[in-house]
Amino acid sequence: MTRAARIAAFFLAVFIGPAEWLSDILRSARHHRLAGICLMASALWLAPMRTAAQSDCLACHADKTMQDSSGHSISVDGDKFSASIHGSLQCNNCHADIKEYPHPDHIAKVECKSCHADEGSKLATSVHSSSKEHPCTSCHGNAHEIYPKADSRSAVYPLNIPKTCGQCHSDGAMATKKGLPSVYPHYMDSIHGFALSKEGLLVAANCQSCHGSHGIQSHKNPNSPTFKANIPKTCGTCHAKINDEFQRGAHGQGIAKGDLKAPVCTDCHTAHAILQPTESAFRMQSTPICGSCHKDKLSTYHDTFHSQLGLLGGYVETARCWDCHDAHEIHRASDPRSAINQANLIATCGKCHKGANKSFVQYQPHANARDRKLNPALYFIRLFMNLLLISVLTFFVIHTVLWLIRSRFDQVRRNSANGGKHD
Amino acid sequence: MTELVQAEPETKSTAARSERYFVRFTREQRYMHAVLFTTFLGLAGTGLPLRFSDSIWARGMAGAVGGFGAILFFHKFCALALTVAFLIHVKEIFSRGIYRREKGIFWGATSMVANWKDVKDLLAHMRWFLGLGPKPRFERYAYWEKFDYWAVFWGMIVIGFSGYAMWFAPFFARFLPGWALNAALVIHSEEGLLAILFIFSIHFVNTHLRPDSFPMDMVIFTGVESEKEFEHKRPQEYARMAREGKLEARLGEAPAAWFVRFARVVGFTAIFIGVTLLILTLTAYFD
Repeated sequence: MTRAARIAAFFLAVFIGPAEWLSDILRSARHHRLAGICLMASALWLAPMRTAAQSDCLACHADKTMQDSSGHSISVDGDKFSASIHGSLQCNNCHADIKEYPHPDHIAKVECKSCHADEGSKLATSVHSSSKEHPCTSCHGNAHEIYPKADSRSAVYPLNIPKTCGQCHSDGAMATKKGLPSVYPHYMDSIHGFALSKEGLLVAANCQSCHGSHGIQSHKNPNSPTFKANIPKTCGTCHAKINDEFQRGAHGQGIAKGDLKAPVCTDCHTAHAILQPTESAFRMQSTPICGSCHKDKLSTYHDTFHSQLGLLGGYVETARCWDCHDAHEIHRASDPRSAINQANLIATCGKCHKGANKSFVQYQPHANARDRKLNPALYFIRLFMNLLLISVLTFFVIHTVLWLIRSRFDQVRRNSANGGKHD
Repeated sequence: MTELVQAEPETKSTAARSERYFVRFTREQRYMHAVLFTTFLGLAGTGLPLRFSDSIWARGMAGAVGGFGAILFFHKFCALALTVAFLIHVKEIFSRGIYRREKGIFWGATSMVANWKDVKDLLAHMRWFLGLGPKPRFERYAYWEKFDYWAVFWGMIVIGFSGYAMWFAPFFARFLPGWALNAALVIHSEEGLLAILFIFSIHFVNTHLRPDSFPMDMVIFTGVESEKEFEHKRPQEYARMAREGKLEARLGEAPAAWFVRFARVVGFTAIFIGVTLLILTLTAYFD
């Protein structure tokens, strides 16, 4: 670039550029900053031989094999850089300590937060605060090839986010290093992961939909969107109606009262391996989840035909907990809104059992034949059947064993009387 | 060579004379037993995975017959077949005993109904087990055979009713209280378990595996037994028939060799399936 061209470019930047940026200035603070910096940079750049323009730097750094003394690539793809979101910037806008050529061997680390102050301050309080372990580039990719997040080439484009986070949060990497669970494979096999990877659904929940981006907090932090009490609200940003139902139900009320033993979305659906709830895999895995709190109910459910059928797999139509109790708006049986309130039983049972009547719905889906006080009739029937079974078998086992011994004894005696010949 | 050819017919006729065969079961009775044991094996094989659905083998067994939908279909199919067989049997008893006024159906030496001799036989048999007395002389149906019969009879009524109550629950709920549906499952599964444990251990040993019949009593398949067997197993009936001069009337033909072989294969298959189910039941029960 000749000196004349540079002067022309400066005037372009000073007089035309600001006019174009004016609308951006009104739209966003970030662009305001950007504009300011560019303006400043352009002014500096005008000073002869004091700064290095892109092409000057690229004269050396376009060499793809260029490495620093420790062997890291220091080559820059000029075309990609100029197409990136930072393409209009000059190298020393970021590499600010380079003021002349030749520049020193060791140059300062680029601080993104000098422009991106909000993100920087959020990151500093997050679980990813260590800039050594989590430089901006670990998520945003190559510093010279950063695209806007709405650009499909961006590492933080919705469809690319799981893969980006998965670089660390998948098997082997973080899992072994920090003892964190390997969530990436679970997410990819979940209903959200399928929607994202198979359908390319941009609104499908990706990592940052729930965890946020720069200010990610541990789920133990009460301010985190993944803190137990905040989860219904987090999921509710998309699943609004279900969140409403949940908030009305007993579990939601419990959480609202600060009872953190009450389950939230992730307790039943899991956090990452979320399945389509009508799918057989979910119907097979979920009764034990309810049963992990409602232990006595699970054990009595196990005694019933519903469970016996249901456990065999493949056949998943038999009633699971929420088929009768509802999934999200669960109320006590005494509550008239409850699906298992006496007044609603015929409708609830009738969902599967056509012709369910008043007597039919007196069937007890959680009867306990071992509990004499609760189910006396059943208790005595079971006792009678067991006594019958035990007495018949005991008598006949003794009878048969004695008979076998005696018959064999006789047979051997008879055979030896016959001179060892068998009958 | 000539000697051998001449000798052959003679050996044959001696064998025929010493090996007279007597009819014990009619063709219909044998068919009834065949239907009974095939449907019973089917019911047990499809009922056990349900009863012990949390055992390690239940899901595999359900999968083997084509998943859960198929297992319930087979269970109901066998139940219907057995119900029909049971109704035919009941009709047969009444038509023989009441309509045709056949003697010995409801009472007497040939009846299935228990009598005083059965009590005496049981006690005497027990004494004999312990070497305290002579072996009792059994009539046409010994006490343990009558027990088998009535156990199955009562079992079919109880298991059948409780099963149909669950199958057509909304219908039965019109005249049964709701808790009866709870009771139906308890009764159905406990009585089914008793039947399975009893048939696959006690019945198999008493009827087939005890030394007198080992390895298998073929009479239920062929319908006939040799004179020696008849006389040894049921001396009282043999003596009564001889006394009344009815022995000749009960003479039957020796079973064809192919049929005996075929029946053995069927019988051993049934015993093998039964013992397998028994082992699975016991492992699940004591798990």
